[in-house]
Amino acid sequence: MIYRDIGQAILLFCEAARQWPMVWRDRARIREQLHEIGNASLFMACLLALFIGGVLALQTGPVMSERGVSSFIGGMVGLAMCKELAPVMMAVLIAGRIGSAMAAEIGSMQAYQEIDALRTMNIDPVRYLVLPRLVAITVGLPLLVVFAVLIGWMGGAMVCISNPQISITYSGYLNSLKAMVQVGDVANGLIKAVVFAIVIGTVSCHQGLTTLGGPRGVGRSVTKAVVNSIILILVLDYVLTRVLLNL
Amino acid sequence: MNTAAAQTVSRGVGVTVRGLCKSLAGQPVLHEVDLTVEPGEVFVIMGPSGSGKSVLLRHIIGLMEPDTGEVLIAGESIQSPGVRDRHHMAMVFQSGALLNSLTLAENAGLYLREHAMKPEAEIADIVARALAAVGLTGQEEKLPGELSGGMRKRAAIARALVMEPQLLLYDEPTSELDPLMAATVSREIVALQRRLGVTSVVVSHDRELAFGIAHRMAIILDGRIRCVGRPAEVRALQDPQVREFLDATFRHH
Repeated sequence: MIYRDIGQAILLFCEAARQWPMVWRDRARIREQLHEIGNASLFMACLLALFIGGVLALQTGPVMSERGVSSFIGGMVGLAMCKELAPVMMAVLIAGRIGSAMAAEIGSMQAYQEIDALRTMNIDPVRYLVLPRLVAITVGLPLLVVFAVLIGWMGGAMVCISNPQISITYSGYLNSLKAMVQVGDVANGLIKAVVFAIVIGTVSCHQGLTTLGGPRGVGRSVTKAVVNSIILILVLDYVLTRVLLNL
Repeated sequence: MNTAAAQTVSRGVGVTVRGLCKSLAGQPVLHEVDLTVEPGEVFVIMGPSGSGKSVLLRHIIGLMEPDTGEVLIAGESIQSPGVRDRHHMAMVFQSGALLNSLTLAENAGLYLREHAMKPEAEIADIVARALAAVGLTGQEEKLPGELSGGMRKRAAIARALVMEPQLLLYDEPTSELDPLMAATVSREIVALQRRLGVTSVVVSHDRELAFGIAHRMAIILDGRIRCVGRPAEVRALQDPQVREFLDATFRHH
């Protein structure tokens, strides 16, 4: 079943990609979706990132200080945030908040024949519904990751300077971060974010479009959209990490 | 075709259904359906619930593909590419199927905006006229969720009107409506046909509506067309199953 879903989702993505030239015409809907993604998630993304960065410093700081390698804490938090934690955690957050909303909205439209109505008006539902959402999430998620990386670094710094068990100063933390984190590392995280965004957008829209039945069908689609997105995010995270490490 | 249809300047398109068979979840729903709808006529497909009439309508508009057989619009298969660009078709769904996130005016103007057919000012004018034609002036900024069932149905007719269709399909246009509103919608179907010469295919189990508006009608029972003819011809039929459907009444006393 999951293979069929993945196959159909890939076909849906190809169909949406084919409609790419229509992006400019759909800019109003893209802006609307982008607003939805940013507005709904920015505060939560920042809060999440602050605590992830903080807990990362809290878990590793005292151990590294004990072993005399506290000068690497900034770099360690920096690399973990930008290469791994920010893209994956933001993707999971967006799958839960935005992916579920996409599946629910499109699923309801399917259940209440609104998508059939679009077809009878010769309006392609992929262009009208999927393309704007896919473009918006592909732009929005990497932007959220940038915020999350910056806030996560700050969270790590706050814990380092406020915890007496971690023997590093604020400038030491920043110097370590600057020395170890390269532009390529941030780009690495952004590449992951783009791939995860495409996965969430495609899987969620596909689940919405294949909704069967009424409210129960919509509920099923939402659950499948979130669960399938998270599974694919984690699997692809491993694959992408392997690929990007070899570059 | 009867005189009323012939009097209009016909811009409607003809519909031909040939040998249409469809099964859903292994259950046969339509069996060898053959049907011809003349350009510019009001054709009613009548039958009890579950007889396959809505499935037939979805085939005619191209929302479903037949297992075997074909649907031709002005001689072209409904599944052939570009047929919707050459022939304007619209459908009024049983529930209205308005886009819930858009206002009435946005719903009504959706087709023109998406196909970039007219300047914005002209679209607004056309939408205002279409909403006025179905008695919804002043409701432009309301969302579908704020309207009654009858208003949603009339808004769906307005949305169809804006498309200037050559073929207009109605799925149970009077269901869930009070008798007064049902009469208004029925009159609107006939008025549209007279005004625009549009071919109208109406699916309904409402006998009063069917005999009131049809130029010709078909009775469908268990996925099979049992008869096709003018209302008077259908009324005179002696087929026991058709008679059972047409004469069914409820009397408590």
